Amino acid sequence: MDHGGEYAPDEKVELLGTWSSPYVFKVIWALTMKGVEYEYVEEDLRNKSGALLSLNPLHKKVPVLVYRGKPVAESDVIVEFIDEAWKDRGGGGRILPEDPYERAMARSWVIFARDVLSPPIWKWFTAPGEEEQEGAREAAVAQLLVLEEELGRKEFFAGDCVGLVDLSLGALAYVIPIYEEITGTRIVTEERLPCLSAWMGRFLSSPPAKDHLPPLEKLKLSFLGERTL
Amino acid sequence: MAEKGVKVFGMWASPMAIRLEWALRLKSVVYEYVDEDLGNKSDALLRYNPVTKKVPVLVHDGKPVVESAIIVEYIDEAWKDGYPIMPADPYERAQARFWANFADEKDLNGFVQCNAAVYPVFTATGEAQGKVVHEAQQCLKTLEKALEGKKFFGGDAVGYLDLVVGWYAYWLPIIEEVSGASVVTDEELPLMKAWFDRFLAVDVVKETLPPRDKLLALNTARREQLLTA
Repeated sequence: MDHGGEYAPDEKVELLGTWSSPYVFKVIWALTMKGVEYEYVEEDLRNKSGALLSLNPLHKKVPVLVYRGKPVAESDVIVEFIDEAWKDRGGGGRILPEDPYERAMARSWVIFARDVLSPPIWKWFTAPGEEEQEGAREAAVAQLLVLEEELGRKEFFAGDCVGLVDLSLGALAYVIPIYEEITGTRIVTEERLPCLSAWMGRFLSSPPAKDHLPPLEKLKLSFLGERTL
Repeated sequence: MAEKGVKVFGMWASPMAIRLEWALRLKSVVYEYVDEDLGNKSDALLRYNPVTKKVPVLVHDGKPVVESAIIVEYIDEAWKDGYPIMPADPYERAQARFWANFADEKDLNGFVQCNAAVYPVFTATGEAQGKVVHEAQQCLKTLEKALEGKKFFGGDAVGYLDLVVGWYAYWLPIIEEVSGASVVTDEELPLMKAWFDRFLAVDVVKETLPPRDKLLALNTARREQLLTA
């Protein structure tokens, strides 16, 4: 994933990440939408580089974007930064909408994905017993139904093109099928969640995600490891 | 008939609601403040925020926005020709958002960020109080770094991060008085203490603070309630 090449000295963009992190991919998708060239640096989280520790001393986490020598951390912050720093770039258009109210709505959905949707999905995947798993699964489906309603007949959450909310939810498009395979239970079915189901396939097969996905078999193995811990 | 105007649904003692008032007043926006009884929420509040039913909610020309930090950015963008709340430079904006997240959020992996470190000071007693105070101080010391060399987090004038963190300036001394803990002292947090005084002297802040004796009484009663529960 090294996109090294010729850069104007002050335009160099570096991304510190790990292959398995959905937050890193959210940033990769944002950079791709804007057509920004960057150098990718793979971090070993069990043996963090001096660079990572000095660029993100507070959390010591990936992703970290480095632009003109200055670090930006936290994937949601990085994505908004990319949208603003490369405002007029990329055929991919604006990541956040222009209208202030639409922007506020998009940001609210990001919080929803993080605080309301993700916890029950994680609980469902890691539930130790069938009863807990079923309870968590239903809780997750309840929130997925909210998303289903929000998506409706649109191609993407942002409309005709991918936007902030799609990027924030995007990892679910490849994570959920793996979780389903591992747990042997379904959470997104065409019957219950037709629009979301179609969106997942569409997101994975459209730019920017299309050519920028983690190695799924490798990811499945790492998830299996997490589940038995 | 289309609803016009600006309404804030809040609660007089809520530090999250007051952020909206500061932002609106900086923009010289006229608004109606609806003080909610959280034990008996109004139909209007439940209609505008059916998902979490929480305050604060901003309603602008009939359209609701929730989540105080999102609302503050919305206010900045909707009245973009008024007082600049967010910095203009994308990198500075990213820093402001990063620190606001540090102050407000709980990291998903349990990494305690500022609010989560400060709240326990309210009810900690005896031996546990020392540890809790120390943790709160560590968080605030990290946050203090964003103040270095500046009058306010926003620079020479109040900005986004000041509005997000500003509640500490008024509420923390009350928490300290009620719990008997000493958190923000000249020895441990000199920059923060000095900023408290400057922030409380800002006009829009002075105009909106709830009466101290009333807030003190409420928090004293609440603490007793929590400790005897």
